[in-house]
Amino acid sequence: MTSDARSISGAAGRFVRWETAITALLVAVFVGGIGVSPDFGNSGNLSFALRDLSEIALIALPMTLLVVCGQVDLSVASVLGLCSALTGKLWDGGMSIEAIIPIVLAVGLVCGLINGFLVTKLGLPSLAVTIGTMTLYRGLAYVTLGTGAVSQFPSTYTDMTLNNVPGTPIPYPIALFAVLAVATGVVLHATGIGRSLFAIGAQEDAAYFAGIRVKRIKLVLFAVSGVVAALAGIIYTLRYGSARADNGLGLELTVIAAVLLGGIDFDGGKGTLGGVIAAVLVIGLLRNLLMLNDVSTETQSIVTGLLLIISVLTPRLIAVFREAQGRRRGARPATPAASS
Amino acid sequence: MTVLAESPARSGPDGAPGGGRRLVDFILRARELSIFGALVVLVIATTIANPRFLSEQGVKDIFLNASILVLLAVGQTIVVVTRNIDLSVGSVVGLVAFLVGSFVSGSETNILVAVLLGVGIGLVCGLVNGLLVSFCRVPALVVTLGTLYVIQGLQYRIAQGEQISASEVPDGILSLGTGGVLGIPYLPIITVIVMLMVGYYLRSYSSGREFYAIGSSPEAARLAGIPIRRRVLTAYLVSGGLAGLAGVLWLARFGTVVADAANGWELTVVSAVVVGGVAITGGVGTVYGAALGALLLTTIGSVLVVLKVNSFWQQAITGVLLLVAISVDRLLELRMARALKSRTRHSADAPAAGAPASAGTAVKGKDS
Repeated sequence: MTSDARSISGAAGRFVRWETAITALLVAVFVGGIGVSPDFGNSGNLSFALRDLSEIALIALPMTLLVVCGQVDLSVASVLGLCSALTGKLWDGGMSIEAIIPIVLAVGLVCGLINGFLVTKLGLPSLAVTIGTMTLYRGLAYVTLGTGAVSQFPSTYTDMTLNNVPGTPIPYPIALFAVLAVATGVVLHATGIGRSLFAIGAQEDAAYFAGIRVKRIKLVLFAVSGVVAALAGIIYTLRYGSARADNGLGLELTVIAAVLLGGIDFDGGKGTLGGVIAAVLVIGLLRNLLMLNDVSTETQSIVTGLLLIISVLTPRLIAVFREAQGRRRGARPATPAASS
Repeated sequence: MTVLAESPARSGPDGAPGGGRRLVDFILRARELSIFGALVVLVIATTIANPRFLSEQGVKDIFLNASILVLLAVGQTIVVVTRNIDLSVGSVVGLVAFLVGSFVSGSETNILVAVLLGVGIGLVCGLVNGLLVSFCRVPALVVTLGTLYVIQGLQYRIAQGEQISASEVPDGILSLGTGGVLGIPYLPIITVIVMLMVGYYLRSYSSGREFYAIGSSPEAARLAGIPIRRRVLTAYLVSGGLAGLAGVLWLARFGTVVADAANGWELTVVSAVVVGGVAITGGVGTVYGAALGALLLTTIGSVLVVLKVNSFWQQAITGVLLLVAISVDRLLELRMARALKSRTRHSADAPAAGAPASAGTAVKGKDS
């Protein structure tokens, strides 16, 4: 993508903000859902839909920060699987959940640090690194637990992931997500660190020469991503009451789909957390709606895919359209933009 | 980097730059040689541990298993060289295997028709990817992630829990997977022919070199007047078409096709390409390297089976190998950059030779 085309799509963005569009889509899905399925709007179903999103929503937070600064972490679902397998293994070995949680979070931290070190110390592309660690961590999950499953977790803990905060339709994991989302939002949009992230994503070299500690920031982000994925692994395990090595298989793609649908530019440097949260909700509500109408998971997959393509295609098409218009008026010199 | 190091435009007068070029050439060749060396060591060590590993059947199995992966790796190489990626290949293989399978099941369809149909479906998928990436300028990862979902979903819908079984597939097609000439199975022959063709094209045609130019520096390629969009579209068409061919070969080899056939292969293919020294940041690598990478991954799989290593370890080991491969690649690149830099200090002509190294290192991961 040339900076030229980017600035045009930025100009287009001023007319219709992506977050506004995605929020409108959210409202449309919600209203349409109530129209289509009578059960959709009741609070029991909505809190079910929310609960079903727990892990995706949680992991989407650090992923947003990573994509904003031009990185990606494909290993998150594997970390989730590894941590789920480990939780099961340790529980099977007789440890208490209180003791297991810090261990598992530490393992997630190590996984994240490995990603971060490979990316920052060796200067490797995060896509290649995390494809490698994705395979590695998933393999380790199988080494830990094989193809078996561990269940029979104590109900006090499983209930914690299933119950709502008293008096509200908000499940506990989503309440946790809300707290973390506020924290992430503040970091991204109201602090110098957040501005640094956007700067790194827009122009990494410039950010470096402006004195931003690019490597340190990236390392921390990958570490956080690992810890959050581990947390999601614990929640996943308790929520389904089942620890398996293949838990969360393919989840990374849904998370990335949510982040991109939320308007975070994959080239880095653009987007807001609000858009991502709206996108996570859109994906969750759509899934729930399709499920209520007995639409198969395969159609859900098609819908997710199309949504993803359309979400990135629309702003680009607007940019192309405006560029063509500008050229006709002769307002700007014709610059055929290179494909990325 | 390959392009800059080898293209005639860069070859200055003999002397220091030439020395620099020789060094670049040597290290790049060493890159492929080292994969080959690793392969040889692996095979020898395994044969010592279990002599049956190198039996005729054992070798045949490795080549049969590798050929579909190699085919996909060749297609992926041409896409990755242009600094893009095609994650949809696994799902295309599955879709084609299933569609062609249901098309030919129970009839005596000519094998050529099956191949054409498969390649045709693959080309359509490649066209969609290519148009979205090149003309709509959507990031490749997003596009092919999206088409991965869509194609996979389509396949499940079409399959509806059904599967193609070998008994329905005409013998003519199955014999493509089992038969051969002079004891060499058809599958590796087809793969090697395709690999040589694509490899020759990329190396020896100026339009082939343009793929490298685009990946090395899109901006420079644009200024040089290279039709970037057309080349990127071509890359996706090749990748899609080869994935289609791979789908037909999958059907021929296994006969049985279930709905999630070749699911998740896209990452194996990308792994193979990366192990084979094709830089994910574009502009560097050959189809031969990628093919060696695919062969190495397949061989490791077989070795672990022969050595009776717990199959659960297999994935973990593959992951480690991938990480080692990209790290070693990166360290070589850094060393080469340093070596070239020290040479440039001694020669006035040298900056030309120094450029390729910096072109490679300047591209940080974000564009991939």
